[in-house]
Amino acid sequence: MTRAFRGSREIFRTARKNPQARKSIRWGRLFSAMPSLETRDRRNVLNWLLGLWGGGVLGAVFYPVARYLSPPDIPEAAAVSATAGSARALLPNSGRVVPFGSRPAIVVRTPAGELRAFSATCTHLDCTVQYRSDLQRIWCACHNGQYDLNGRNIAGPPPRPLETYDVNLKDDEIVITRRS
Amino acid sequence: MASRLRPWLEERLPLADLLETLRHKTVPHHRYSGWYYFGGMTLFLFAMQVGTGALLLLYYRPSATEAYESVQFIVTRVPFGWLVRSIHAWSANLMVACAFAHLFSVLFLHAYRRPRELTWVSGVLLLLLTLAFGFTGYLLPWNEVSFFATRVGTDIAATVPVIGHGLVRFLRGGNDVSGATLTRLFGFHVAVLPAIATALVGLHLLLVQRHGMSVPPSVERNRAADPGVMRTIPFLPHFLLRDLFAWTAVLAMLAALSTFYPWELGTKADPFAAAPAGIRPEWYFLWAFEALKHMPSTLAGIDGEFVAVAAMGIMGIGAILLPFMARNTPGGRRLVVWTGIVMLLFMSAMTALALAGNTP
Repeated sequence: MTRAFRGSREIFRTARKNPQARKSIRWGRLFSAMPSLETRDRRNVLNWLLGLWGGGVLGAVFYPVARYLSPPDIPEAAAVSATAGSARALLPNSGRVVPFGSRPAIVVRTPAGELRAFSATCTHLDCTVQYRSDLQRIWCACHNGQYDLNGRNIAGPPPRPLETYDVNLKDDEIVITRRS
Repeated sequence: MASRLRPWLEERLPLADLLETLRHKTVPHHRYSGWYYFGGMTLFLFAMQVGTGALLLLYYRPSATEAYESVQFIVTRVPFGWLVRSIHAWSANLMVACAFAHLFSVLFLHAYRRPRELTWVSGVLLLLLTLAFGFTGYLLPWNEVSFFATRVGTDIAATVPVIGHGLVRFLRGGNDVSGATLTRLFGFHVAVLPAIATALVGLHLLLVQRHGMSVPPSVERNRAADPGVMRTIPFLPHFLLRDLFAWTAVLAMLAALSTFYPWELGTKADPFAAAPAGIRPEWYFLWAFEALKHMPSTLAGIDGEFVAVAAMGIMGIGAILLPFMARNTPGGRRLVVWTGIVMLLFMSAMTALALAGNTP
């Protein structure tokens, strides 16, 4: 590279002194007019330009593709509360999975008759849990994770307890609310 | 790392042989060799279609209720979605144009001659496949224009004797253009046609590699008159770099067209609305569309539409079988050239008529 520049500088210096030589310099012919420029250097410059071009093309292709692949954020209002059906229909020692915003929640009536609600998304690997009346526990079918009726992870792989929601009754209708 | 990787690969893959073959490969260089690049450009555009098509598949939903909205989502919400969709649409059009240019250059330079008959046949089939891609892809955004164009286009199949009705049902997935048609054409567009096209492209390229580039008869004659060595350039890197240059130019053109003339989405199709004015197919079907319009309803007692469709069928079969019919004599070649010119003029005239007639 440096030799190439030195070579072109040499040409200009000669050209300044010699008007006859100045005439022979045309920009398009600069490369072929360089006597001290070796083929190897010329090739280096061209390879460098080729690399620059290739890099530019690749960048111009892969940047939009990478952006395209990342899905756009769809703003979804985080659900604060949701109705979960009739309280009377939910018998003791049973549970019901209901939608809570875009994710499932589970409402459980304990054998003692108390209503409780949790997020139904297992903290292990995102499966949806269910109520097992024989175990009297919340159970995840995917990897046999188990939570007690306070949502605490007590057996199997789940690393954290289920998020607990508040339960209120509006007449017979169960209303579950995220705790603030 | 690289010093160990290379022998490892060479032991397992025929890389050295391949490179050696490529190093010895040469391409004829003469005044018509510029036409050699259209095949490569078509291939490049095919690759663009595969790439952008795969990207569109990530967000597209092939159903009558969701297709339009999902395309709308792609062009308005997904980052660079407008660009990907526009490139897919523009690239499809440029691909058809390049394929036609390639076909006519091969025709006029007589590159279909022995032993390249199968290269020609696979090429014509690929052109027909490209048109099929265009036809099946046109409906996918489920907009008004494409809905009615597909209705008209599939209805033409009904003129085929005996099997016509069944053919229409096969194309539409029922008696009418509906959601069933959409999923059907979607399946053709993204699975059936690509599978066939990939196999045919493979065969086409293999044959091109096997026989090398054809040299036009006029250039061959000059060489015979002046027994100097035929001018050639090495495939590696000379021809490949020129190919790459052509591809970059095509890419730049695609980017410019997509940015300054993004492909429109139109309004959503409503099967129970009246067809709006200006329903017409893509430009490469316009000549056929116009020819059908000018056909009298009966011709010598035969249904006019049937005559037109039959004529086009014969043209298609004639195109496929051309290398087996054309004689490699000066007279035979002149006949091919004139047939090509007449075809080209006919198609251009019909397209021009259609464009003029449709401008409000």
